[in-house]
Amino acid sequence: MINIPSTFKISFRALRVNKMRSALTMLGIIIGVGSVITMLAVGAGASRKISEFISSIGGNILMVLPGTTTSSGVRMGAGTQSTLTLSDAEAIKRDCPAAQDVAPVLGGVAQVAYGNQNWSTGVTGTTPDMLSGRDWKLSSGRPFTDQDVKGATKVCLLGQTVVDNLFGDTDPVGQVVRIKRIPFVVYGVLDRKGQSPSGQDQDDTIFVPITAAQKILFGTAFPGMVRIIYVKARSEQDLPLAEDQITELLRQRHRIGPRQENNFTVRNLTQILQASEQSAKLMTMLLGAIASVSLLVGGIGIMNIMLVSVTERTREIGIRMAVGAKTWDIRLQFIIEALTLSLIGGIAGIVLGISGSEILSALAGWPTAVSVLSIFLAFTFSGIVGIFFGFYPAYKASLLNPIDALRYE
Amino acid sequence: MPLLEALEITKVYNLGDVAVNALDGVTVIMEKGEFIAIMGASGSGKSTFMNIIGCLDKPTGGSYLLEGIDVSMLDRDELAAIRGNKIGFVFQGFNLLSRTSALENVELPMLYSGVPAKERRERAFEALRKVGLEGRENHHTNQLSGGQQQRVAIARALVNDAPIILADEPTGNLDTRTSVEIMELFVRLNSESNITIIIVTHESDIAAYSQRVIKFQDGRIISDERKDE
Repeated sequence: MINIPSTFKISFRALRVNKMRSALTMLGIIIGVGSVITMLAVGAGASRKISEFISSIGGNILMVLPGTTTSSGVRMGAGTQSTLTLSDAEAIKRDCPAAQDVAPVLGGVAQVAYGNQNWSTGVTGTTPDMLSGRDWKLSSGRPFTDQDVKGATKVCLLGQTVVDNLFGDTDPVGQVVRIKRIPFVVYGVLDRKGQSPSGQDQDDTIFVPITAAQKILFGTAFPGMVRIIYVKARSEQDLPLAEDQITELLRQRHRIGPRQENNFTVRNLTQILQASEQSAKLMTMLLGAIASVSLLVGGIGIMNIMLVSVTERTREIGIRMAVGAKTWDIRLQFIIEALTLSLIGGIAGIVLGISGSEILSALAGWPTAVSVLSIFLAFTFSGIVGIFFGFYPAYKASLLNPIDALRYE
Repeated sequence: MPLLEALEITKVYNLGDVAVNALDGVTVIMEKGEFIAIMGASGSGKSTFMNIIGCLDKPTGGSYLLEGIDVSMLDRDELAAIRGNKIGFVFQGFNLLSRTSALENVELPMLYSGVPAKERRERAFEALRKVGLEGRENHHTNQLSGGQQQRVAIARALVNDAPIILADEPTGNLDTRTSVEIMELFVRLNSESNITIIIVTHESDIAAYSQRVIKFQDGRIISDERKDE
């Protein structure tokens, strides 16, 4: 009969006797588990940031940018007649069936004031489609309408950061803020969106009707100029279709001949982000795999020490066998020793991994996310390493001949 | 039923292409409560015989019955169980676990025979008291003198109430005075608790404590004499 609690006691004692050796052996596992957790946290942090941003901009988004050509190197800058206009946006909405929401944007940085508070923020002139396209809800108030866009009404929607900085506890809806000293009525407050992957605060923004931005706030080189047009396709499958429809439409509208380069660029934002999310995931796996190698090396360290230990303690094994220890009593003793080394090392490694990730976030500013799954995996893996690498030395010990073991010097 | 029957035991070691007959047809019957000395020069086969009756080794031929059970048929783990429950070993070099307390050394056989922790402790205390080591239960074995270490080993041999104590040169590492003390302890255990004691020795003054002396030479028994009381 095998007495598990006593076997544990025996193992702990043996490990305590050789404190330095046990600690160094554990170090291998500590570093292994620690680096697995840290690397997975770095990778997971990166891909989480990206997917958070994908969901914050809303899915199936195309970006139409003016004046940049992709291949010839000739760049038609802003201010030329080839630049995108509000009517381009309206045409896309009208003539491209695959486009669901079309939000032209013209913005800039402006000083905003309310009462005695003021704040510098990005003011984005756009249309109501911006909200539906980016799946951006209002936390209070109401959005501005197409009528407001037509009439260039001086109304606005405030991001949470702007509200926090200007209003404090006051309800901003219905109040009047001054953007570049021009009074705008606050129609509503936007929901919180958080940071973009580049660390930009997406809530530090004000939406105004695009016409107001063009005519009142920023002025334009020519009437109706917009900086970017965001287009949301009806579905993921419609993305390439929408891209084609927009390209064809804009080539017609801009009168670009069959052999001429486009004077605009259509970018599939979602695809780009999904690709980078994919590569972040791949990176996570790669980092994890590299870190696992160090865990494996730690396991070999355990096996090495256990083999030394079995040789050193041959006489002890002989004594135990003489007083009645059976094959599995001896095996279990050494397996539990190896397991104890690896599990204590594993726990210390988890602590190291979590603090390592925190330190990386704090010092290098990398987003990290320690997942429960990675902790569980690393711990289980270190346990398996302990059993796997402890088994051979334990097996070797259990095969000793008691007479020879007793005589061993 | 005799306690121990060794019938025509042979043991052959194959050293390369030479076969050495360490035991060459040994037959001995031992009864419960005997105090036996096994004597012989080194190489006479006495240690081999002791390993076999101690279930540390298996005979090549013949049969060995312990309390009527044929031990030569048992496997490794069954032999281990018999060593734990039926036989207490006392060695020349003590063979205690170092850096471990006397108490834990004595508890060791019970650990493997599945005695609960509380009872283990009580029985170990009791065994140490029997060998005169009261108050030294928590001393580590390397803090004890040779005689005390051998007493710990005897306590360990006693603790599972094994009917047989096998002692291989138990006084070989001890001075004369301590040797006398240890031998007197064996005599006392034999007479008070009726434990069968088998001592392997080459010293005739140690053998003098026994009631029966078996002499080995070249793998055979050359004499088996009982003392008349």
